[in-house]
Amino acid sequence: MATYQISHLAQLEAEAIHIIREVAAEFQNPVMLYSIGKDSSVMLHLAHKAFAPGKIPFPLMHVDTQWKFHEMYRCRAEAAERYGVEIKVWINPEGKDQVGPFSHGSEKHTQIMKTEGLKQALNHHGFDAVFGGARRDEEKSRAKERVYSFRNQFHQWDPKNQRPELWNLYNARVNKGESIRVFPLSNWTELDVWLYLMREEIPIVPLYFAKERPVVERDGVLIMVDDDRMPLEDGEQPMHKKVRFRTLGCYPLTGAVESEAETIEEIVQEMLLTTTSERQGRVIDFDAAASMEDKKKDGYF
Amino acid sequence: MSDQSKYEIQDEALIRDDIAGYLRKHEEKDLLRILTCGSVDDGKSTLIGRLLYDCKMIYEDQLAAVTRDSKVHGTTGGDFDPALLTDGLKAEREQGITIDVAYRYFSTDKRKFIIADCPGHEQYTRNMATGASTANLAVILIDARLGVVTQTKRHSFICSLLGIKHVAVVVNKMDLVDWSAETYERIRNEYNAFVSRLDFSDIHFFPVSALAGDNVVEKSENMPWYDGSTLLHHLESVNIATDRNLVDMRFPVQLVSRPNLDFRGYAGTVASGVVRVGQEVASLPSRRTSTVKSIETAAGPVEEAYPPMAVTLTLNDEIDVSRGDMLAPVNNLPRLDNEFEAMVVWMHDTPAREGQSFLIKQTTNVVPGVLTEVRYQMDVNELRKLPGDVDSLALNEVGRVHLTLHRPLAFDSYRKNHSTGAFVLIDRVSNITVGAGMIVDRPVRKSDEGPKSQNISRTRGEVTRVTREALLGQQGHTLWLTGLSGSGKSTVAMELERRLTDSGRLCCLLDGDNVRHGLNRDLGFSHDDRTENIRRIAEVARLMNDTGIIVIAAFISPYITDRAGAREIVGDKSFCEVFLDTPLEVCEERDPKGLYAKVRAGEIHQFTGITDPYEAPENPEIRIDTTSQDVEAGVSQVMEVLRDRGVIPR
Repeated sequence: MATYQISHLAQLEAEAIHIIREVAAEFQNPVMLYSIGKDSSVMLHLAHKAFAPGKIPFPLMHVDTQWKFHEMYRCRAEAAERYGVEIKVWINPEGKDQVGPFSHGSEKHTQIMKTEGLKQALNHHGFDAVFGGARRDEEKSRAKERVYSFRNQFHQWDPKNQRPELWNLYNARVNKGESIRVFPLSNWTELDVWLYLMREEIPIVPLYFAKERPVVERDGVLIMVDDDRMPLEDGEQPMHKKVRFRTLGCYPLTGAVESEAETIEEIVQEMLLTTTSERQGRVIDFDAAASMEDKKKDGYF
Repeated sequence: MSDQSKYEIQDEALIRDDIAGYLRKHEEKDLLRILTCGSVDDGKSTLIGRLLYDCKMIYEDQLAAVTRDSKVHGTTGGDFDPALLTDGLKAEREQGITIDVAYRYFSTDKRKFIIADCPGHEQYTRNMATGASTANLAVILIDARLGVVTQTKRHSFICSLLGIKHVAVVVNKMDLVDWSAETYERIRNEYNAFVSRLDFSDIHFFPVSALAGDNVVEKSENMPWYDGSTLLHHLESVNIATDRNLVDMRFPVQLVSRPNLDFRGYAGTVASGVVRVGQEVASLPSRRTSTVKSIETAAGPVEEAYPPMAVTLTLNDEIDVSRGDMLAPVNNLPRLDNEFEAMVVWMHDTPAREGQSFLIKQTTNVVPGVLTEVRYQMDVNELRKLPGDVDSLALNEVGRVHLTLHRPLAFDSYRKNHSTGAFVLIDRVSNITVGAGMIVDRPVRKSDEGPKSQNISRTRGEVTRVTREALLGQQGHTLWLTGLSGSGKSTVAMELERRLTDSGRLCCLLDGDNVRHGLNRDLGFSHDDRTENIRRIAEVARLMNDTGIIVIAAFISPYITDRAGAREIVGDKSFCEVFLDTPLEVCEERDPKGLYAKVRAGEIHQFTGITDPYEAPENPEIRIDTTSQDVEAGVSQVMEVLRDRGVIPR
């Protein structure tokens, strides 16, 4: 007898497709933020599935800091081609070719090129719904985030004043200038993301897989020397280590981990048998306790 | 930190030796959504922290952070405080209480879990309702030292209201009552005593110390008298597969997909039931029918789909279907109405008032509507109606209300179908979600509404119905003949009229033609007009019944809800439904008015039985099979029932 059950991964997929379709149906001008990372890749693939055999009815947008890994830029172009979508690229014109993590420090660089850049891009295009690939399991302050997260006209999040969200009935009502951040992967865990990438054979940036790469050690974190903008100290020579990245961002701010994992299976194996959490590789989270919460109130994703 | 042995992840060897095998196994795990609720200081965060920690879902760096935080914010005097693993936001951490719904994720070898962590504060009913709306199971915490308190009752009521079927009652802090079996039994009996009024299908109890870990993941050595399972074991094994509604197929359309001229698909999530290729479906509210041509997914077509699959349906006919419409089987339609009653949880500081208008989001519809009436308010602590008239609901209050919508929605009762019986209320000015509602069973009739003018009251003369009936030697009664066009309604009706008149009984025949030429000549054949047509006829029948006249009403009246409405207006005791049970093929062959021929020739576009559904009565008082009975026999059958009912003398 048929049991009419689907696995948890199929349930998560169905939930995400439902959310993506709701947004396409109810908002005037939605956009999908695309960071080129593995979560973005899953989200883009889900959008493709939500509208097949049709095309994805909204554009993607990448807020570029000009400091992403070079391999990421190549993968961005490939993804646009594969899914037949437009990827809008936004670089904060006020910081373009000037602001960088080495000259201005990680906090200022992220604030200007990422947080401010995102706000500018949203204002410029007048998007009323913005998909993001964040998951609730990533970090404690994210655990309370809604699937539809309301932002005022200054793109701010008020964690104490969120709209109640019941069943799968999402409230899409906004006034002019206000917007909703939408997180279709809210209920996914990191393991789910890897499993799904594997099941659906979704290509991801090769930086996720271990390979010999030139790195230097800064404050106990392994940083890859991705181009000659990386200032080396006197006599410093990049080491060649077999490393991979658990998250991808600006290369000077993204720590590598030493690893032998060259396939998704091996990554998952390492992940399950390891004992440190995913975000530890991100330099920005170390700035202050509860720093993610403060950044989010300010409009960071 | 507990020095008990940690829960052994059996899969650890599998992960090391056969990662592909492990992943296949993990992918097929099912999902249990849990709601945790308890009062302040019941130890909810501690319990969740304990589950995560003992299931090895906590990484070393998180643990290091918690150990550091335990010294600053902890309530355990610097020892490891599992609660700090879960209390998310800074402000809350400082206050030491959770103030919103937070979601946690963990998995074991058997299942994947999503925990909605809900606050224990008395005023946060709204957050509980939010967490409960998607949960399969509720974990209700009780402090062993305090027993069942007001909040326990309140939380249980909200869980029941939101339709949670499974409850795990965790009697926590057993370490503080000397692991007393007596205390545990007393609390168990207390809880069972009040919960019998609620709608849970299974309740389990667990004596626990979340702080020390007893009976959470590991069996307790301190309570040898307890021979039940641990909490985690129960969460891993509770059967939720049968909770879903797989009977009533409902498919709310999210969007219409038209990538090219050859493809027209309706994208949506199966809300309930099973949809199959070839199934005959009607689109609501139009009631146009077609059959399912294919069920498309990005991975290719499938033969059937069920909840919560997100698919795209194509139909064999070009009927007009758009976002907000609902597809359902022709023989099993949801209710379609512009009003209903519901239980509502109010979630905003400004109270809900009668006469206030809202946007109502239900399935994929957003419809303006008015809160017509607050019927009563619930005392959520004592699980009963509050006495007295109320006309508003304040924040965190729960009440039964009547809502009137600007256009009809297709829905079921929440009890029968969570997906089609749930809605949220959105404030039209602020856009905030201000309430959550669950539609209740009782069908609401137009006749329930008061008259439009406030200056009308019903006239009661000295001469009563009984007096008139005595005068006539009969009782007023309505024979409601329903059936397809050509089923024999008019033939039977006219013969009945003749037989009754011949035997000296006063009766009156109402049929489509004489009513539509006069009283109802302003009405067409749209769904709303058909409903209004039947309502007026029923009102006329009642007035005639009041004067003692027997009314023979012969109308196709295809909708169950309309006929039920007529019955309610006339009164059940005076109403007799007569079903002319003639198959469509026979009706079409007879075609006394040549209408079927016109439909087939395309001259008539909307016709009951062909393009529009006919909902056959399930339990008519009289069923006349016109293919095996002649008119005479059918009429005699009706006369016999009238004599049995004492309407006419023997």
